Amino acid sequence: MNPPVERRVWWVIFLLSGAFLLWRAAVPGGPGMARVYIKPVVAEGDVPTGAWIAARPDEAGAVVSSARTAGVWVAALLTLAIFSFLYKDNPAYRFAEAVMVGVSAAYFMVAGFWDGLVPKLFIPLSQMEWGTAGGVGRSLLTLTPLVLGLMLLWRLLPRGGWIARWPLAFIVGTYAGIRLLSFLEADFVSQIRNTMVPLVVRDTAGGGFDLWASVRNGLMLGGVLSCLAYFFFSMDHRGWYGRVARVGVWYLMITFGASFAFTVMGRIALLASRLEFLFDDWLWLIDPLGKRPPPGL
Amino acid sequence: MAWLQTLDRRWIFLAMLLAVALPQLLQVRVPEKPTALVLNVFRKIEELPEGSRVLISFDYSPSSEGELAPMATALVRHCCEKRHRLVLMTLWPDGKPLVERAISRIIEGEYAALGLQPGRDYVNLGYRPGKEVVIKTIATSLRAEFPTDDAGTPLDDLPLTAEVTNLQDLDLLISISAGFPGLKEWVQYASSPLKLPLAVGATAVQAPQAYPYIPRQLLGILAAVKGAAEYEVALGERYPNLAVPQRQDAVRRMAPQLWAHLLIIALIVLGNVAAVLSRRAGGSR
Repeated sequence: MNPPVERRVWWVIFLLSGAFLLWRAAVPGGPGMARVYIKPVVAEGDVPTGAWIAARPDEAGAVVSSARTAGVWVAALLTLAIFSFLYKDNPAYRFAEAVMVGVSAAYFMVAGFWDGLVPKLFIPLSQMEWGTAGGVGRSLLTLTPLVLGLMLLWRLLPRGGWIARWPLAFIVGTYAGIRLLSFLEADFVSQIRNTMVPLVVRDTAGGGFDLWASVRNGLMLGGVLSCLAYFFFSMDHRGWYGRVARVGVWYLMITFGASFAFTVMGRIALLASRLEFLFDDWLWLIDPLGKRPPPGL
Repeated sequence: MAWLQTLDRRWIFLAMLLAVALPQLLQVRVPEKPTALVLNVFRKIEELPEGSRVLISFDYSPSSEGELAPMATALVRHCCEKRHRLVLMTLWPDGKPLVERAISRIIEGEYAALGLQPGRDYVNLGYRPGKEVVIKTIATSLRAEFPTDDAGTPLDDLPLTAEVTNLQDLDLLISISAGFPGLKEWVQYASSPLKLPLAVGATAVQAPQAYPYIPRQLLGILAAVKGAAEYEVALGERYPNLAVPQRQDAVRRMAPQLWAHLLIIALIVLGNVAAVLSRRAGGSR
């Protein structure tokens, strides 16, 4: 499509969409859209608690929340802005992307401060006791992360950047130790144990032969052995050994295919979720949760 | 088939949009049947005696909510139906609002009539930084990581957690996981070393990682939105009040899955046919 025609087509789409939104949102007696209703939470004795919860429009005491309504509009427009990248890169997409990055960074910073630094460092520092022998030990232990943290930040200074390597070495060493043991236990020893299965399975109920369980166990064992054969490079992949390794490649391909199919399912689930938000909360085209009275009532 | 070689990929995007949007607008539903791995989780929760302590870790962020919120909701609903006591937590900093939403929507919303009390029937431990180290620590001492609940009340003052020393005092662990830290870390630091019953709900991307742990290290998996839909069906068969569309978020989203998968299969077949034809045409030249 040449650019002037493309521009005209987009103008028509924008104008039609705008008219549609105006009709749904602003026309009195129209179907309505994107309004969020809330009602006050009351304690025993009908005393308002000051909190508000979502409500159906036809509930007693329900009012429109302008803040939550604005939130739905912002979420919907940002969703559309992100989707617009599928057509081509554009300023709306870049704006939404920048907002996403900024909000995420700020959120993680605040969460890191209040959920990390405050309970793990500042509160223990404020509770240090130096009066008793046990208190001194605990206090020194409390000071340790502070000292290591300061050493880690030293790399921001123009001189003495090497000091940051000490706490980094501590982190790497500790993590390696913690993870090594857990991997050995859960992903090595236990996985070998999981492979030790009977090839002839007896039905637990009647004691007869369970064909499908036997086939499943046989396929699993065959898969493990053939994949291991493929990754064992000290032997030439020729003759019978090459054929076993070839079976291993087939197992791997099926695994990659299954992983890809799972990924597709995940991405479609996310798309379906976003579209449901647009159709339900924003446009009020569907109401799967029964949040609103049927139109015309 | 030459047109397929030069097809603008945006037509495929549009086709995918329609394949996902139309079943939603038309409210199409497809039947689901619970599979063994999902039923294992369902039966475990079902068989636990009333009042059992179940820990659910919301190890995901809002970006995975579309996939994982339906299973989190279904699991919390099941525990409420069975009057189990819930210990809720998250290993992800942006998982906190998701725990709070589950409490307000399910425990205090749908099950308000049960009068479930915070501290007695459920506890929100909130978030602690440290990733897998948090699991490793609470495996031996819950208070070392969570001296208080998310509201700041000491765990000793809450009837539910007063008698809980560590993970071994809980009857079932559930991780609803979108990545690291998540199901793998719960297997490595809780279920494998301590031999604790662990069930997981996983995103589709992470689910293949979980299968090797079946059956000794994991008792079951809810794999992506499909697993959640199967769980909702199992729940609906046992509790008819939950067999309504309003309580089956994942089942509702399976029709778009079916249509989109059919489209992808058709596109893969079409693409391969076009490739074969193009190769033959090239060879003949």
